[in-house]
Amino acid sequence: MDENYTTHEYDVVVIGAGGAGLRAAIEASSSGVSVAIISKSMLGKAHTVMAEGGAAAALANKDERDSWKTHFRDTMKGGKYLNDWRMARIHAQQAPDRIRELEQWGAVFDRTPKGLTSQRNFGGHTYPRLAHIGDATGLELIRTLQQRGIHMGMDVFMEFTVRKLFKKDGKVIGCFSYSRNDGSFHVFKAKSIILATGGATRCWEVCSGSWEYTGEGFALAYWAGAQMGDMEFIQFHPTGMIWPKSVKGILVTEGVRGEGGMLRNSEGERFMFQYVPEMYKDEFADTEKEALEWVDEVISGKLATKRRPPELLTRDVVAKAINSERDAGRASEHGGAYLDISWRDEEEVKKKLPGMYHQFKELAAVDITKERMEVGPTAHYVMGGVKVDHETQETCIKGLFAAGEAATGLHGANRLGGNSLSDLIVFGKIAGEHASTSSKHINQFEEIPEDEISEVIAETLEPLDRKEGENPAAVVSDLRTMMQNKVGIIRTKSQLEEALKELDDLELRSETVFGGSGKSYNPGWHQSLEIKAMIDVSRMCTLAALKREESRGGHTRDDFPSPDHARWGKVNSVISMNEKGEMEIQFESYPPIPEDLKILLDSDDLHEEE
Amino acid sequence: MQPVTFSVFRGIPDQDGDPFGKMVEYTIDLDEGMVVLDAIHTIQAEFAPDLACRWNCKAGKCGSCSAEVNGKSRLMCMTRMDDILEETPEGEPVVIRPMQTFPLIRDLVSDTTWAYQTDRRIEPISGSEKVDWEYYQHEADRIQEFRSCIECMLCVNTCHVMREHQKFDEFAGPRFFVRLASLEMHPLDTKSRIPEIKEDFGIDYCNITGCCSAVCPAGINIRENAIIPLKERVVSEFYDPIAIIGKKLGLRS
Repeated sequence: MDENYTTHEYDVVVIGAGGAGLRAAIEASSSGVSVAIISKSMLGKAHTVMAEGGAAAALANKDERDSWKTHFRDTMKGGKYLNDWRMARIHAQQAPDRIRELEQWGAVFDRTPKGLTSQRNFGGHTYPRLAHIGDATGLELIRTLQQRGIHMGMDVFMEFTVRKLFKKDGKVIGCFSYSRNDGSFHVFKAKSIILATGGATRCWEVCSGSWEYTGEGFALAYWAGAQMGDMEFIQFHPTGMIWPKSVKGILVTEGVRGEGGMLRNSEGERFMFQYVPEMYKDEFADTEKEALEWVDEVISGKLATKRRPPELLTRDVVAKAINSERDAGRASEHGGAYLDISWRDEEEVKKKLPGMYHQFKELAAVDITKERMEVGPTAHYVMGGVKVDHETQETCIKGLFAAGEAATGLHGANRLGGNSLSDLIVFGKIAGEHASTSSKHINQFEEIPEDEISEVIAETLEPLDRKEGENPAAVVSDLRTMMQNKVGIIRTKSQLEEALKELDDLELRSETVFGGSGKSYNPGWHQSLEIKAMIDVSRMCTLAALKREESRGGHTRDDFPSPDHARWGKVNSVISMNEKGEMEIQFESYPPIPEDLKILLDSDDLHEEE
Repeated sequence: MQPVTFSVFRGIPDQDGDPFGKMVEYTIDLDEGMVVLDAIHTIQAEFAPDLACRWNCKAGKCGSCSAEVNGKSRLMCMTRMDDILEETPEGEPVVIRPMQTFPLIRDLVSDTTWAYQTDRRIEPISGSEKVDWEYYQHEADRIQEFRSCIECMLCVNTCHVMREHQKFDEFAGPRFFVRLASLEMHPLDTKSRIPEIKEDFGIDYCNITGCCSAVCPAGINIRENAIIPLKERVVSEFYDPIAIIGKKLGLRS
């Protein structure tokens, strides 16, 4: 067995090179510590690149009525009040500065007539709030951070996968990684580690995520003893492509609806008017006429005085509405809904939504300036993640930090569109700062025990040594189908229980897969190594979904279809591994919201009397 | 469902770093709407889990799945099989090779480390310390075209200065002229980048055949909008006789 490995030493190791990882690495580097950033893909290709609509920040460039207070309120309301209100406050307060800073680092956002960063409307945001560049904001964000980052002195390890975190006395001391490129092994000694590993939506059959989204960051944290919060809350984005089959799940930006896109069913009815929840009744138009007037005001650059179209309700609401229309027999031709922006001026559509124009033209042969799109829900985001301290982003393991989608707290039961990109840069910075400070208090690197290194090397080599077995792609495919059917948008007790059993069977199968024997760039081997994380993350989601006997945000139970404010309105699930190595779930609450923040929220929503 | 045969390069570099391998044929059934990348994934799932291929977004946004399909530089995720079948002669397989200009890692995966090294040589934007930069959409339009680059490196793969002459050390290649143009034409970037564009990045090697623009999946008009304007600026800075006299007289620094 080839057990050679290279040892590296860095004050701060950042795992993940999307928006949060890069922002964290920039912050840590700027404080003078040595930084390594480890990336599963090539630099600049991480999942952030696929974000489309924009980054939410109350700059108030388009509507002077906006402020961090409204952004805070919208985030809490969208999250159905399960958010860590302390993170929601920090996020709303700091997002504008993080956006302004990106501009100084070279980001070229669309402009207002006065020459400032323009902002667009999005679901659940009271005012136009998303800084954007057409519908390719994620590309702009990652490229800006990449171009800043490469001049900061950090070392970049591209196409490396981290397989294990090492700990000593409750503190993280390093990690083990292998190069996907040449199969070499690497031990990183570190004083602090930041998990910026994104999410796990690849566990579902219809998803907007790439192969990277296999949840290894969640699993690494869990295996190391961290707490995982809110794992039942999965965001199904209402508008993914559904046809042709090969593009199913690819994201259609919410920006289409922000620019006036209308959702209709097979009968031509603009059905979202039927699905406005009580808590949003006062804020949304109840006639098509009013909705159109709002769009007219917004397009012509006026401050909106009308109420918004119901297509701009939060994602959980719109996704469930499309699902309900389908169940009622009113689906579009291929089982979704029609989304129509073709009523707007052709050139404006091409200017504001160039990516969507090309995506539909090239992948579905649909001209969105002339024809309607077909869309349906797609697994898009994990609201849950590693529990962190709201001020430092440190986990319960000393020296281990998490930021971005890998962490939980900001989004509660449902994330607002645009709050992810701003999450990355706000909490990426904070994690980078505190990981760096924490590393400065440590004088020397800890030795990593040889037996632990040998053990993880043996585990990593195991699939190569099998010589024969099932194709790992088959196990992953079955896992994704099972999660889609049994732990999807609508859940029920019996199916969740079946899912837990089936995950056990899939785990057994995963232990005998064979993806080819070469170590050099072997995707079959890589996939064999990813399944364990996918299974454990799927388990976390299923277990938390089984326990939460109500419906709220990104968790809907057919057998408990309403929110139960008295029982569940203020409790968050927390999953961790017990001493026997079993998965355990508990429930915790955040501290009460102080009065000065509570007055910003809609008192009716809080159900304090119940 | 229609059976289609693909001829895919399988191999690794030899001791000198040259590709060593062979074309392997796989026949799979096509489904409606498939792109070339779907076909590769089907081959991995049915025959060859260890077939090496990079990909991420599968929607033309990340620029990972660059390859040469039937001899043309393309993103596999944005190339529809319908179109490929139309251009492939009857009875012939669809031919898929890695980008030929870059060193091989394995199968369809190329080593593009050069790109990251070149990127590091470009000085970042340098503008005002004051926040809330003011400039207008018509100024942004020009550079936003350049900012839409997804770094797929298909332009570099196609550029004959690179492909035939391997001028990786002297020439920045179309991708990085696009990057340099985005800085040079940024309304608030204060640094003069023309000397380095000529001296360090070798723009004179480009003889504007426009092969780069033709393969750009982001639709950037690399030749007309980035390279030619930069060449014009180089000419006025270095070759304009009046400017040169002015310089000699100390009228311009």
